[in-house]
Amino acid sequence: MTAAISADGIRKRYGDVQAVDGVSLTVETGEFYGILGPNGAGKTTTLEILEGIREPDEGRIELLGLAPWPRNSKLLPRIGVQFQASAFFNKLTARETIRTFASFYGVGPKRADAMLERVGLTDSATVHTDKMSGGQAQRLSIACALAHDPELVFLDEPTTGLDPQARRNLWDLLRDINSEGRTVVLTTHYLDEAEVLCDRVSVMDHGKVLKTGAPAALVREIDDTVRVSVESGQLSAARARELFGAAGAEIANLEDNSVSLSVSTRAPAPVLSVLAEQNALRGLEVRGATLEDVFLQLTGREYRA
Amino acid sequence: MSTTSATAQQTPTGQPPAERERVSAFAGLSRVMLLGFLRDRGTLFFTLVLPLLFLLLFGSLYKSSGTSHVKIAEVGSVQLLDQAPGDARAQLDKVLSITKYEDQNAALEKVRKGDLDGLVTSGPNGQVVLRFSASDQVKSGSVQAILNSVVESANQAASGKAPAFTLAASQVEDNSLKPIQYLTPGLLGYAIAMGAVYGASFTLVTWRKKRVLRRLRLTPVSPLAIVGARVGVSVLVALAQTALFLVVATMPYFGLKLSGNWWLIVPLVICATIAFMSIGLVTGSIAKSEEAANGINQIIVLPMSFLGGAFIPLDVAPGWLQTVSHALPLRYLIDPAKSVLSKGGGVMDALPSMGILLAFAAVMTLIASRFFNWDDA
Ligand SMILES: Nc1ncnc2c1ncn2[C@@H]1O[C@H](COP(=O)(O)OP(=O)(O)OP(=O)(O)O)[C@@H](O)[C@H]1O
Ligand SMILES: [Mg+2]
Repeated sequence: MTAAISADGIRKRYGDVQAVDGVSLTVETGEFYGILGPNGAGKTTTLEILEGIREPDEGRIELLGLAPWPRNSKLLPRIGVQFQASAFFNKLTARETIRTFASFYGVGPKRADAMLERVGLTDSATVHTDKMSGGQAQRLSIACALAHDPELVFLDEPTTGLDPQARRNLWDLLRDINSEGRTVVLTTHYLDEAEVLCDRVSVMDHGKVLKTGAPAALVREIDDTVRVSVESGQLSAARARELFGAAGAEIANLEDNSVSLSVSTRAPAPVLSVLAEQNALRGLEVRGATLEDVFLQLTGREYRA
Repeated sequence: MSTTSATAQQTPTGQPPAERERVSAFAGLSRVMLLGFLRDRGTLFFTLVLPLLFLLLFGSLYKSSGTSHVKIAEVGSVQLLDQAPGDARAQLDKVLSITKYEDQNAALEKVRKGDLDGLVTSGPNGQVVLRFSASDQVKSGSVQAILNSVVESANQAASGKAPAFTLAASQVEDNSLKPIQYLTPGLLGYAIAMGAVYGASFTLVTWRKKRVLRRLRLTPVSPLAIVGARVGVSVLVALAQTALFLVVATMPYFGLKLSGNWWLIVPLVICATIAFMSIGLVTGSIAKSEEAANGINQIIVLPMSFLGGAFIPLDVAPGWLQTVSHALPLRYLIDPAKSVLSKGGGVMDALPSMGILLAFAAVMTLIASRFFNWDDA
């Protein structure tokens, strides 16, 4: 079976910025694939090159066995795309917008309205798109990407700007469309989102893929690291480092962000006993490694979305 | 027009194609563009309302200036006028407009005020009594001369002999233009230019700015369908403007009389709309924002309208203006439109202009394609 996407050595440069610097990836049919990275990592550029709306400087790409560049109208009905910034016609309501997009694929108003229902916008069907809230606009643009039953769906930060409830609902929707057999590729800032949704993720920074794998597998590779945090102000970072050192606890990372003092370590027992001795256990949290720690380990810096 | 082939596409969820309702991308695009036009009050005002207001205003202002008809009142029954044979009466109507009055004093008052040029009534013994005001020398002269000739030819007819000399009366003004005859095509040309230039350029700028153009690129819609829909909608708007103008201008108050081949206005308007749209394509490709597009369009449409004869008849314009007007597409709408609408022009008066308009459109479209961009980035 051919992969839904196979990309090899994509590069794209804007002036002095090497936005994408040799990205290769393979997405299997039916897979839920995430591209994870901070602002400016090159996620959007990578996605747009895969979609076929930007020409790469270098690299070879196949989507469903076809080349997406130059514009390939055989391919277009089979993919659905949501841009990071919404793209709606002026002066139209939500319902008119999705019906219009549906018409481009020969899909009628009934199915378009059903899609609107599915993203929970039926009540806002007659709202003009320029009057919609950020979350409503986001859901409408996802609905527009899905109205024609595409096999392969590209979503660029679909949950940015959504409230927690809407975010959960959208996760359910995305899981549903994936379980219907569609391949989904999404970009996100949110590590939790990637962990919850994706079969595999590529962690990106500075235009490069640092690591690819199932979120659980990536975490497992560093899973002997434990993150301990307590409320800030009970113990200075410098003093803590000193005490942990004296107690023989090897520290991977120690940081005080003035809300909490966090310590990543493979030896949680001495760390905890030091904190207990110093009576600095207020707000204590202990948790296993997450994608955040993966990012930290890969880049040597804290993940900031 | 092109529709998408998506109906034939099999999808992973196995939606059977037969269950799908058939809708076309072309219809969807046309609807969007039409709604965009109808829901924009500014555009509606500038393309439909304002030019029509101009027509109403100028039409009323200039209404009397072109009619040098001699207006007389017929008080009671004047045998000479009433019993003139059919074609003699028709000749008479070309130069005289006769209104019947019962009340002699009321009619006299109108003559004094200059509303009427003279008053005719029957005197005893077949006498025809003419009373006129000397305030307008020309009119009083012509009313005497006309009535005199009517009386003489009636006398001659009564004598039973064929006249040795006859005079075919025909007013020279009738062959030149009445104001409504140049106001209608001129202002209509202005209206269509506004509508088509703005329609094309705003669709382009707005859709690019709102990222719709690049979004469309990732749908299977063909560029031909987009262009086709835009042309279709602009032509529809232009034909609506034309219909509105003709309905108003042919009202008895304005008195435009359409001549035989007036329907040629339809193909003319279609070609002109395409030509004006191509200007909008260029300005819409160059301009980065609606404000910029608006400015560039004004700089093009207003001077073109003045120089192309939208507001003043070119026949009375100085030579240099006539020369300049030949370089402007508007002229190739207004000039033949004037001819086919009310001066009896035929296919050959319209065809060359239509060719020039389409050639102009082709050149401009080529220029636009050099500047065209799918997105701002
Ligand atoms: N059209 C463009 N012209 C010039 N530079 C660009 C352009 N698009 C992106 N860049 C640059 O390329 C780099 C990668 O941008 P990109 O939008 O791909 O990042 P991203 O990972 O999607 O970021 P975000 O999370 O903020 O959406 C950035 O430094 C950005 O400034
Ligand atoms: Mg992005």
